[in-house]
Amino acid sequence: MSRRVHRSLWVWLGAGLAFLYIPIVSLVIFSFNSSKLVTVWAGFSTRWYGSLFHNDQILDAAGLSVRIGFISAALAVVLGTMVAVALARFGAFGGRALLSALSTAPLVMPEVITGLSLLLLFVAMEQAIGWPAGRSAMTIIIAHTTFSMAYVAVVVQSRLAGMDPSIEEAALDLGARPGKVFFVITLPLISPALVSGFLLAFTLSLDDLVISSFVSGPGATTLPMVIYSKVRLGLSPEINALATLMVAIVGAGVVIAGILMNRAEKARIRDEQMALAGDDLPAANPVSQA
Amino acid sequence: MHDGRKPELALDEPWRNPQATPYISIRNVTKRFGDFVAVNDVSLNVYRQELFCLLGGSGCGKSTLLRMLAGFEEPSSGQIFIDGQDMAGIPPYSRPVNMMFQSYALFPHMSVQDNVAFGLKQDRTPLKEIRERVAAMLDLVKLSPFAKRKPHQLSGGQRQRVALARSLVKEPKLLLLDEPLGALDRKLRESTQFELMNLQDKLGVTFIVVTHDQEEAMTLASRIGVMNQGHIVQVGTPSEIYEFPVNRFVADFIGTVNMFAGRIVDEDSNYVRIAAEADGCTFFIDHGVSASPNAQLWVALRPEKINIGREAPADTRENCVQGVIDGIAYMGDVSVFNVKLASGRMVKVTRPNLIRREEDTLTWDDEVWLHWHPASGVVLTS
Repeated sequence: MSRRVHRSLWVWLGAGLAFLYIPIVSLVIFSFNSSKLVTVWAGFSTRWYGSLFHNDQILDAAGLSVRIGFISAALAVVLGTMVAVALARFGAFGGRALLSALSTAPLVMPEVITGLSLLLLFVAMEQAIGWPAGRSAMTIIIAHTTFSMAYVAVVVQSRLAGMDPSIEEAALDLGARPGKVFFVITLPLISPALVSGFLLAFTLSLDDLVISSFVSGPGATTLPMVIYSKVRLGLSPEINALATLMVAIVGAGVVIAGILMNRAEKARIRDEQMALAGDDLPAANPVSQA
Repeated sequence: MHDGRKPELALDEPWRNPQATPYISIRNVTKRFGDFVAVNDVSLNVYRQELFCLLGGSGCGKSTLLRMLAGFEEPSSGQIFIDGQDMAGIPPYSRPVNMMFQSYALFPHMSVQDNVAFGLKQDRTPLKEIRERVAAMLDLVKLSPFAKRKPHQLSGGQRQRVALARSLVKEPKLLLLDEPLGALDRKLRESTQFELMNLQDKLGVTFIVVTHDQEEAMTLASRIGVMNQGHIVQVGTPSEIYEFPVNRFVADFIGTVNMFAGRIVDEDSNYVRIAAEADGCTFFIDHGVSASPNAQLWVALRPEKINIGREAPADTRENCVQGVIDGIAYMGDVSVFNVKLASGRMVKVTRPNLIRREEDTLTWDDEVWLHWHPASGVVLTS
């Protein structure tokens, strides 16, 4: 068999990459277009970036989106982790199957349904108990927490399931009470899952248009809602500039994560070699003196 | 190396003294998981400073029994007493018991010394004392140079010693060890076995060890409890278990054995003659047996207790049989002969290789006589 990659495979690879990235590349290129018309190239310019930073509507929406993302992701991590611990550690309690099914239902529920049902709930609650008063950032946070905690629960639960349960038992055995075991042993060990759960929830919240549109009120307009409404009125180069910035931030995040992971991998290999060398050390092979 | 001495206190054999107070007393303990009975009406006494081995195959209930002692499982019925105290309802974190887990269960995010210090910190021991005791314990298991390392930077043998140090540093009344040497390679296992016995000798802690490895149990234990299907089948010193098994399961589980089925043909108070008709030989046993005259019996004969040679013994009527060598396994210290009898069955015989190069050595297809002493066979009724 030839190790040479056949030429047609390169073509296919190019076609695949083009399919994935041409839309983004064209978006980035046209963000530097000096023309107001998005589809006509009129020379290089960064004017749209300048006007972007003077557009209070977009900046406010971006700030609100980030705030909502942080708060709802933090709440989702707390609630999702509680669900995950109950499912992974409390054994076969009554209603376990129900909790398991219901807590992950938002993963498969159409967003339109989730958004509509939350809106109806908020309206009914306002009439019944007067809270939440109207739709606002608060209702968006509640809605985002509701659906993103399901994702956190899944991520954390799989991490808990993959953890050796005797580690927690060992802590109990050494005299730590269950609450302390959770905070001193379990939490540090599942922290990678908490971080990825948080990032996932944050991304979902930042990205959400459908549910936000249902439950937001006047004065609570998130970034996706602004972009969507602007695009409906006609494409604006400012949006291209905004999108390019977002792509740049995400891209930088991916590159940094890659570097960190690469470093961790190298450290792991080094540690493994250190551990293997351990058995050759005189101290590692005790021979009793008796 | 170790001098092979068993721990001091085991020498007075408290289990033979009906007045001795057991340190751990397991009374009619049963554990059910749904319909499955993991531990079935087990009663067992373990005495202070014993190194007791629970030995059995996987799923025999030994680990469940250990987990009940640690407090991770509650017995479905029965009681467990440790040092006179009923353990019912006492959670694992309040028991005077520590456990070394099969997987070692080290805390991966803590250094070696933090792992060892963890138990002492839970008791709010003064920091200075923690530091001293951790240092002394790391010294004892020869891990002081690795105190700052994380568990994943250690080899298997080192991790095993961290786990041991962590469970010993609180000076528990009872230390439970779940397959403590299972994950180590053979050489490391042997040296660690003796290390464990030394530690136990030095610290005077009572050990209960769970293992499926009969060799490990034989080396370590003051007494062994053989378990099968949730029951304790036999409790005894290693030599009692090996030389006087109570039934075919124990005889077969511990070491290698040749089992002959037969019936009593002649008996008196001080001897019994058993004919193993299928294999064409008669056993003369130099002690009486309490069994109904025509009942089916088994004679268990260990491979090392059979003599093998070309010459017929003086008396060819009993305690001997003829066969052909079908296979030889050279093990270095001993050779194992597979001898095929006229009946077609195989008998295993081991013989120490006393001389480096033997003239006229036994080889394949040689006709040989197997013979044994009247005290060598063990008569089993079940």
